[in-house]
Amino acid sequence: MKAMLARQRYLVDYTLASLRRHRGKNLGLLLVYVLVVFMLASVMLFSHALRQEAMVILSEAPEIVLQRLVAGRHDLIPEAYLEKMGRLRGVSERHGRLWGYYYDPVVRANYTVMVPRERQLAAESIVVGAGLARTRGLQRGDFLSLRSSDGRPFAFRVADTLAAESELISADLILMDEKTFRDFFSIPDGYYTDLVLRVRNPREVRTVAEKLTLALPDTRPILREEILRTYDALFSWRQGIVLVLLVGALMAFVIFAWDKASGLSAEERREIGILKAVGWETSDVIGMKFWEGTLVSLSAFLLGYLLAYLHVFYFDAGLFAPVLKGWAVLYPQFRLVPFVDGLQLATLFFFTVFPYTVATIIPIWRAATTDPDAVMR
Amino acid sequence: MRYSSMAGLWFVLAVVLLAASQLDAVLQRNAAAESLAQRAAEVRSLELTDLCLFTEARYTRHLSQADLHTPFQDHPFALEHFPSGSLVAPPAWGEER
Repeated sequence: MKAMLARQRYLVDYTLASLRRHRGKNLGLLLVYVLVVFMLASVMLFSHALRQEAMVILSEAPEIVLQRLVAGRHDLIPEAYLEKMGRLRGVSERHGRLWGYYYDPVVRANYTVMVPRERQLAAESIVVGAGLARTRGLQRGDFLSLRSSDGRPFAFRVADTLAAESELISADLILMDEKTFRDFFSIPDGYYTDLVLRVRNPREVRTVAEKLTLALPDTRPILREEILRTYDALFSWRQGIVLVLLVGALMAFVIFAWDKASGLSAEERREIGILKAVGWETSDVIGMKFWEGTLVSLSAFLLGYLLAYLHVFYFDAGLFAPVLKGWAVLYPQFRLVPFVDGLQLATLFFFTVFPYTVATIIPIWRAATTDPDAVMR
Repeated sequence: MRYSSMAGLWFVLAVVLLAASQLDAVLQRNAAAESLAQRAAEVRSLELTDLCLFTEARYTRHLSQADLHTPFQDHPFALEHFPSGSLVAPPAWGEER
């Protein structure tokens, strides 16, 4: 056992000395390798943490939101629909919800304007989200001038700002009382943006939704489980530009690594020939290359993952911000809670360390099994 | 020092850092439990349905509340043109219906 360990240590010594001899080439490879792992791990950590956070906080979203559709588009829903839907077993609460969007031409940003049910606000006083307060430079007691849908100017007094920790859900919110909201958007009494139904037993939600569709055929119920599913699929690896970019980067790396690992140079062939001529066995040569692959890929994995962890959870995924912001002026500042999935970590390990190690061993095995004299010639 | 000893030290250090990152994640999650619960309570109280991630268009702000064919909603043949539209999947309704 001791002899075997000593043998492996000598092999590692030799491998590292050999890597050092070509340090420019090998450091370049390690750098690219670390970058690839860093990118993959960052996307993985960011999307998983965001998904988990969405699952936790949106688990308190309304069980059913009922929208009215007119000619296939979302329209105001009459209050009478609350009666029209009839008695529904399992529904503990039902009421209208008032909310909408306001485009602010001053900063070219969209705000979400809402009427809170559990918070009483004075007429023409508002509560704003922390992101909006930052963008418009607002503090408690300041005034925000907005133009109503019919062109009248409104000066809203900022009564309060929402906590900065909740920017992920409330960065662009403006909360105002019902009377001001209706006046501002010219929404007549008896109409709401949509209806909210609270259902105590989760198993009854689907049945209630089916009854709603039958009783009110011009409506569309949106269930909480569908909201959660929407966010579960957020940044899923299957879709969009993320996949295209990652596949491109991965393919480039695979070609690079394959070329580096499998294409033995004449010098390397000669080295193997000499090693065999001085008494190395085939297993030693393969062992040496195994250590080379393992040392490079394991180092790249560990470094890449640790850098990605710092990037996502300590530097607020700063490199992704321009991608996520898109054309938005108002972007929430948030620090994600580190939810790390062990299985994802294991998958990343397998797909980054294993292929490279195999790619280094196979061509060496071919060269190492041939006659040293033929290899050296 | 032998190269193998240096490599061994590097891997021990890296594995310790990896373990530390996992421990850090657990500690941060525990510390954030209260703030997460507060945010969930705010979602319940304000009856919110979506995360405020993309404010560039109304259908990217409320992904779960948007029309079924959001990219085409502005006019017939209108293609999706907001950058965030290429990052998120289409809404997941109706998969089981």
